[in-house]
Amino acid sequence: MSFADALSIAASVRAGDRTATEVLEEHLGRIAERETEIHAFNLVTEQDARATAAAVDAAVAAGNDPGPLAGVPVAIKDNLCTRGVPTTCSSKILEGWRPPYDATVVQRLAAAGAVAVGKTNLDEFAMGSSTENSAFGPTRNPHDTSRVPGGSSGGSAAAVAAGFAPISLGSDTGGSIRQPAALCGVVGVKPTYGLVSRLGLVAFGSSLDQVGPFAHTVADAALVCEVVGGHDAGDSTSIPGDFPAVTEHLSDGVSGLRVGIVTEMMGEGIAPDVAARVRAAAAALAAAGATVEEVSVPAVTFGLSAYYLVAPAEASSNLSRYDGVRFGNRIEAATTGEMMTATRTAGFGDEVKRRIMLGTFVLSAGYFDAFYGTAQKVRTLMRQDFDAAYEQFDVLISPTSPTTAFAIGDKTADPMTMYLNDICTIPTNLAGHAAMSVPFGTGDDGLPVGVQVLAPALGEIPMFRAAAVLEAAALAEGGAK
Amino acid sequence: MSIDLDAWEIVVGLEVHTELLTRTKLFSSAINEFGGEPNTHIDPLTLGLPGSLPVLNEQAVELAIRVGLALNCEVQRSVFARKNYFYPDLPKDYQISQFDLPICAEGSLELPNGKVVGIERAHLEEDTGKSTHVGGGGRIHDAQHSLVDYNRAGVPLLEIVGKPDLRSAEDARAYVAELRSILVAVGASDGKLEEGSMRVDCNVSVRRRGDAELGTRCEIKNVNSLRSLGRAIEYEAARQVDLIESGERVRQQTRHWNEDDGRTHTLRTKEEADDYRYFTEPDLVEIDPGPEWIERVRAVLPMLPAARRHRLSTETGVPLERVALVVERGLDELCLAAIAEGADPERTVTHAEHNLSDAKAADLDPAKFAALVQLETGGELTATQAKTVLAEMVETGGAPADIAAAKGFEAMESGELEGIVDGLIAAHPEEWQRYCEGDGKITGFFVGGVMKATGGKADGKAVTALLQARKG
Repeated sequence: MSFADALSIAASVRAGDRTATEVLEEHLGRIAERETEIHAFNLVTEQDARATAAAVDAAVAAGNDPGPLAGVPVAIKDNLCTRGVPTTCSSKILEGWRPPYDATVVQRLAAAGAVAVGKTNLDEFAMGSSTENSAFGPTRNPHDTSRVPGGSSGGSAAAVAAGFAPISLGSDTGGSIRQPAALCGVVGVKPTYGLVSRLGLVAFGSSLDQVGPFAHTVADAALVCEVVGGHDAGDSTSIPGDFPAVTEHLSDGVSGLRVGIVTEMMGEGIAPDVAARVRAAAAALAAAGATVEEVSVPAVTFGLSAYYLVAPAEASSNLSRYDGVRFGNRIEAATTGEMMTATRTAGFGDEVKRRIMLGTFVLSAGYFDAFYGTAQKVRTLMRQDFDAAYEQFDVLISPTSPTTAFAIGDKTADPMTMYLNDICTIPTNLAGHAAMSVPFGTGDDGLPVGVQVLAPALGEIPMFRAAAVLEAAALAEGGAK
Repeated sequence: MSIDLDAWEIVVGLEVHTELLTRTKLFSSAINEFGGEPNTHIDPLTLGLPGSLPVLNEQAVELAIRVGLALNCEVQRSVFARKNYFYPDLPKDYQISQFDLPICAEGSLELPNGKVVGIERAHLEEDTGKSTHVGGGGRIHDAQHSLVDYNRAGVPLLEIVGKPDLRSAEDARAYVAELRSILVAVGASDGKLEEGSMRVDCNVSVRRRGDAELGTRCEIKNVNSLRSLGRAIEYEAARQVDLIESGERVRQQTRHWNEDDGRTHTLRTKEEADDYRYFTEPDLVEIDPGPEWIERVRAVLPMLPAARRHRLSTETGVPLERVALVVERGLDELCLAAIAEGADPERTVTHAEHNLSDAKAADLDPAKFAALVQLETGGELTATQAKTVLAEMVETGGAPADIAAAKGFEAMESGELEGIVDGLIAAHPEEWQRYCEGDGKITGFFVGGVMKATGGKADGKAVTALLQARKG
C-alpha cells in the first residue's frame, strides 16, 4: 500500500496542478471501497468536505494561498469537538450531541486549508488499546482485518493506513496515538504536554491527554504538529510560544546524537521479534553517526500501576457531567437521582464504568493518600529518573507496543492483558514528555512494528531528527529486500 | 427561649460567601450579572459541555487579593481543586474551588466595638446555578419537575471563613456588617445579602462558662439578612442549651433556618455528609501573584472602615462606637472637612450621626455644613432649628444663613422665653406639681408646649434650664 503524502498533495494543490476536489474524490473513493470492511469512521462528512474542498479550489483560483495543508484530507478522532457535527466519543451517552464549537486543533487545520472528511472511531472515551470498546463496533486493521488496529485512536490510525486520508488527528493519554500507529504501520506523535491545545478535546485524563497527528511520513507529522500546536490562551495548561520548529531540522541527521535504549522496555513481556526490530533501529541510528547505549530508567516499571490510579481518578471526575441533565442521552426516571443513574447505566460501556468506579474509589476519603497520593509521587520519581537519563542522552528508544497487532477478541476477556499493551507508552504521559512511533519493518507475522522515540519535554527537534533517520533507514531496508 | 448567659457561652464562627463584582465569570467569558432571562448568561463552560476548559479570570484574583489585604491576610501561592458531587445545578458535577491552599490565609477583622475576630482563610470558587422545583411545595423530594437556570453558575465567589471568635448574636451581626462595609469599600462586592450576593453560613455551639473546649457545632444555612442571622443564632444556641440541660447531646448537623417559624431544622447529619473526593484541578495551573502584584494592589487600596473610625474618633474626641454609623454612611470625610473649616467637632459628628441619614448628605458642601454648626454653637440657631435648616441644605444645597432667614429663625430674647414658660406653668398647675415632685416624664409636656407656642424657635436646652430654675 502506498499513498500520496500530505506535503505533495498540498504542493500540487497550491501550485494549481491538482484541485482539492479531485484529491478529495480520490480519497472518498477509497473510503467507499473499504470503509465497510475497516470501520475507521463513526461519520464521513462527505457534503461538508466537498464544500470545503470547493472553497480551497476557489481560493487557489482567486490567487490566494489556502495554507500549508491546502486540499489535504484529514480524519478527526471523534473525541475532538466539531461545530455542528456529531461528536460521540464512541459512546451511547453522547449520541446525537452536536458541539457548538470546533476544537482549537480543528480550527487550525481548517485555517491551514485542510479538508475534514469525517470523525474516526475510538475506544469509548479513549479508554482502551484496541478500539474494541467502541459502542459502535470495532475498527479493523487495514493490514489484516482479523486484527485490531490498536487504540484508543484506532480509527484515526486505520484511516491513514487504509488511504482514507493522508493525515489524521488522535489523542494520547497513555499511548492512544503511538500504539495504534505502530500496529497500523504509520507515524504517530504524542507531543510534550501543553504543546497542543486541549480546548475542544473531550477530557479523559486531563493531566495526561495530548492531541497529536498520524501520517504516512515523518515530515507530514512534523508539519501537522506545527500547524495544530503552539500556544492557545483557551487552555490554561498550554505552553507559551510556537511548536518547536521541527520541519526545519528533519534533514539534520543524527551525527553526534546520544541515543539510549531503555533497558526496562526491552525485557520481559516484549516479543522477541519486536525487540529485534528495536535493536535494528539502534544499529541504523549508530550507522548514521549517533552514539547508542543501553540506559536504565528504573521508575518506568511503576508506570502502569501509577497510570491506572491517576487516569481513572481524573476520568471519574471528568465523566461526571454525563448526567442526562444538559446534553446527550437521557433515560427518564421518577427522580433526578434515578434519572442520572439510569442514564449513566445505559449510556456507558463496561470499560468506562470500570474506570469510573476505580477512579471514584481511588479518590475516596481514607484511600486518597495511599492511592492517588502515591501515584503522584511516582510521577515525580518518573520525571527524576527520566531527567537523569536525559543528562546522558538526547533521545531514548524502545518498542512502541510489546507485540504486533493482535487478533480481535484476543484480549477483551482480561482487562489486565489489554492494559499491558501500553507498558512502553504510559511513562511518557506520566512525565509530560514527548514521544513518537515510527514504522520500522515488520515482525515475524509480517505485520508492522513501531519503534518509539522518546524525548524530554520540548525535545521534539532531536526526536524528529532521530525519527527521520529511522524512516529513511526503514525505506532503504525495504528497498533492499 | 432564652439562655442564662451567666452559665452559658455562645460560640459563633461565620463563613461568608460573597459574589465578586467582575465583568465575567470566574473561568469563562460569560457575563457576570444578577438576574436576566434564565440561561442567557451562559457559554460552553458554564454548561459544562464536553471539551470546554476553564481559564482563570484575572480580575477575580485581583479582587480576592484586595479583600485578603483588607482583612490583613497572608496572600499566598494557591491552587484550585475539584469538589465532586452530583447535582443538576452544578454543570460539571464538580465545583472548582480551593482546598489545601487558599489564596488568602490567617487574617483578622476589627469590629466597631474594638473586638478583633480571626479570619482563617478566604478562597476562590465558582457559584452554582439555581434550581426551581415545580409542584410538591417547592421541595425537590415531591416536585413534579425541576428547572435549572445556569446564569449564576460559574460566577466568582470568595468564601471568607472566620474563626469561632464571636460570642454573641450581636457580635455576629456586627461582624457581617463590618465585613460587608469592607467588601464594598474595596469594590469586591455590592454586599446585597437579600439578593444573595452575600451569603452567610453560621457555625454555632455553646459551652458552659469556663470550659476550655468548644462544644459540638451545628452549621446553619439560609440566613438571608442581618436580622435573621441574629434570630437564628439565638434560637440555635437556646436549642443546644436545652438539649444539654435535658441530658441529651448536640449532634453535629447542618441545619436550615426557617424565617417563617423562626426555627432551625435538620438538613443532614455529619454521618450523611458527602465525600467530595477533592483533588487538584488538572485544567488549571497554580496562582502565584508574587510580591509585585500584591504591592500594586495594596498601594491602591482605599482607607478601610476601621482605620476611618479610628481617624474620626481621634480627630474629634468622639468615642469609637459613636462614629461607627458616620463612617458607615461615608460621612467621615465631610465631617473632617467641616471641622477643618472651624466647626465644633462634637456637634459636627452629632449632626452626621442623627440628622444626616439621607443618601444625598454626602454631597453637602463642607464649608456650608461648618457654617451651620457655627450658627448653632454661636447661639443664633437652636438645635431644633439647626436640624431643620440642615435638612433643607441637604435637599437644596442652600446656605444655612439664607435658609434660617427664610424660615424666620432667629434667636429669641431670653425675656420672651421666660414669659412663655411662666405662662405655661400658670395654666397647668397639676402638671407643674408633678414636675416639681420629680416626675421626669412630664418635662416633655412643658418643652413641647413652649415649642408649640414659639413655632419651634425656642432652644430646648434653654427651656429645660428655665424649668429647673423655676422649680428652685
